[in-house]
Amino acid sequence: MPLKIALAGNPNSGKTTLFNVLTGSNQFVGNWPGVTVEKKEGRLRHEKEITITDLPGIYSLSPYTLEEVITRQYLLEEHPDVILNIVDASNLERNLFLTTQLLELGIPVVVALNMMDVVEKNGDVIDTAALSKLLGCSVVTISALKSKGISALIQTIKEDGTARSVTPPHRFDDTVEQALEQIAAHLPPTVKASQARFYTIKLFERDSKLPSSFEPVLRACEPIIESVETALDDDAESIITAGRYLFLTSEIARCYRKKTQKKHSTSDKIDRIVTNRFAALPIFAVIMFLVYFISVTTVGTFVTDWTNDGLFGEGFHLFGIGAGEYETAVEAFEADPTLEEPSASDYGIWVNGIPVLLENGLDAINTAPWLKDLILNGIVAGVGAVLGFVPQMLVLFFLLAFLESCGYMARIAFILDRIFRKFGLSGKSFIPMLIGTGCGVPGIMASRTIENERDRKMTIMTTTFIPCSAKLPIIAMIAGALFGGAWWVAPSAYFVGIAAIITSGILLKKTKLFSGDPAPFVMELPAYHWPTVRNILSSMWERGWSFIKKAGTVILLSSIFIWFTSTYGIENGQFAAVSENSNSFIAMIGSVFAWIFAPLGFGTWQSAVAAINGLVAKENVVNTFGILYGFAEVAEDGAEFWSRLAADFTVVSAYAFLVFNLLCAPCFAAIGAIKREMNSAKWTFIAIGYQTIFAYAVALCINQIGSLILFGTFSVFTVVAFLIVAAFLWLLLRPAKQSERVRLKGASNA
Amino acid sequence: MKTLKETKTGESAIVQKLHGTGAIKRRIMDMGITKGVSVFVRKVAPLGDPMEVTVRGYELSLRKADAEMIEVE
Repeated sequence: MPLKIALAGNPNSGKTTLFNVLTGSNQFVGNWPGVTVEKKEGRLRHEKEITITDLPGIYSLSPYTLEEVITRQYLLEEHPDVILNIVDASNLERNLFLTTQLLELGIPVVVALNMMDVVEKNGDVIDTAALSKLLGCSVVTISALKSKGISALIQTIKEDGTARSVTPPHRFDDTVEQALEQIAAHLPPTVKASQARFYTIKLFERDSKLPSSFEPVLRACEPIIESVETALDDDAESIITAGRYLFLTSEIARCYRKKTQKKHSTSDKIDRIVTNRFAALPIFAVIMFLVYFISVTTVGTFVTDWTNDGLFGEGFHLFGIGAGEYETAVEAFEADPTLEEPSASDYGIWVNGIPVLLENGLDAINTAPWLKDLILNGIVAGVGAVLGFVPQMLVLFFLLAFLESCGYMARIAFILDRIFRKFGLSGKSFIPMLIGTGCGVPGIMASRTIENERDRKMTIMTTTFIPCSAKLPIIAMIAGALFGGAWWVAPSAYFVGIAAIITSGILLKKTKLFSGDPAPFVMELPAYHWPTVRNILSSMWERGWSFIKKAGTVILLSSIFIWFTSTYGIENGQFAAVSENSNSFIAMIGSVFAWIFAPLGFGTWQSAVAAINGLVAKENVVNTFGILYGFAEVAEDGAEFWSRLAADFTVVSAYAFLVFNLLCAPCFAAIGAIKREMNSAKWTFIAIGYQTIFAYAVALCINQIGSLILFGTFSVFTVVAFLIVAAFLWLLLRPAKQSERVRLKGASNA
Repeated sequence: MKTLKETKTGESAIVQKLHGTGAIKRRIMDMGITKGVSVFVRKVAPLGDPMEVTVRGYELSLRKADAEMIEVE
């Protein structure tokens, strides 16, 4: 029998675990239409005609958060057969608060009491039969973690799914009930009888997300609502909310027998240390160091190097067999060049990399040279460079999933909220930025842990301002070529990055894009618990795979574009594969854009091409200069052409060039990650556009004002620079509008 | 009038009335801070804000600016 189940419940109630247990691998991850909130659907294991939709984790059906509105709309419009409401038995009151609202929707509800083991361990007893009678719906005890009680749960869902009518479980205060009766009489005839209770209560609450057709009804009911508000000296919304909790507190005592309170649970003990006044920040620093060290420095780099140099490079020694002998042979060869150069494939078990295998394959079928070049140097090189990040990302996602599901992530927000909220960011924004110092791609992906959409978007937009490891060669090049390797250049780059994040946060917070009611920071701090390996792995894989899918297309197309424009051009009046770099299409594009960079102090086509190539990967900026200055191969920091660079740049324009490349649009891989996380072309363009304009403005100011101070040069652009500084200061210091007003209203009432 | 913000760490208070409007007020109520409930102030974050309270048997964190809207006794 086909059945549609909607899975609803509080965050941290074990909802994801239950969903995984019920569906196994039959899951489809997508997004709710038009928003960045994730939507998961699946089919029941062994019973494919039963589908489950995992609704966002919510505490209530209020009209104020996106997740709650999505859930309401789904439940009202998609008519699932059953609502499977997962309830954390160790936190009954608050969890059942949502249940009281779900029961009013006219859909059969099955309550799955999860985490009963915790309740039993505490010596408490829950009378499920009494609870079922109290709520007027079926109650089944389960353990999602241990897959216990699942078959009984499915059986109950099937029985209740055959459309059993649900009577609203509880009555409010008599005054309220009388008012609700009067309002019900005004309901438009289009409202289904089963949904009448829900709409009546929502009308009483003056819910802002009611369809516009309800407006005349609401006007008619206004006197009824006001009379109740006067009688009970509170607003309607508070009366209903308090009424639900009042019902729960008074009735639950009958089915929940609590043993005398234990002194401190293990979770309390952990929390005493972890968020302790003095220990919290040092512990946080150590945990962050470990996350960074494991995902970026050690395991991540090791696997990424293997992917880049081995799998997508020449090849690798299987399990390292023969690698040692080969190293010795290379050392011998370097010491004595008369020896024959050793070949890696002669030692141990050598596995060829994908490009080598492909090249052999393409040669074998006589592929045209241009096609071979496109596949090897365009597609495989471009996509391979990006896929190289995947292992590192998986390691990071594994650690993040662990921090999230054990409960520490919520504490990070708790510890750091004070600093970050000043810049319109969340305490959790710290992690993306820290990871961003290694690589912006996993950094952006790490923003997934931020629940609030506005904070998340802001974090995505600003994370890549932090210099990632690929930008270090640019810093080394500029520092070496023009500043004599001065020690302060590198730290100043990080300082510029941090300053860019802080100022952008303050500036963007006040714009229309991010204005509105301040996001409430009223957050549950879930009890610490040991997560399951299965959940961590599935969360890791889900995020990694979504990056490969979504970011992959952006990267593929852009890699082909850059390959084409730099390989081909017009030579001797004809379209051809170019022998001189200056004849390629990319050089033409560079020349077209060069004038734009003139006010920044580097209006040469070489600099423009370097900046464009930086979009493929930031370290390419150095290589590009090498190629354009006529060096076949250069060191990572480009030491060979420093003198050429010193002739083309001044200290000021070089620093402007550095800052522009640090702050402008990130590499395609990171743009792909932004696209994935924003899930919107519009927001991706806003992010990239903002970064590039911001970088341009800052670089222009550095060059113009720097030149004025150091060389006394003055031009129309010097004036522009001062205007930008003035505008910037105004944007930074102007008062915020809406977000403050809400708070003031609250204060004046008090 | 005393607010939750002024309640000392380690002390409990009974909620009397919630001030403010809109999303924040509703969110605070949805999380279980309603008239008559007992709230225990567990600790304040290392940087002085937000604060952590125990309400209805679980831990909740909220900013002091929001705690100021909660009148207690």
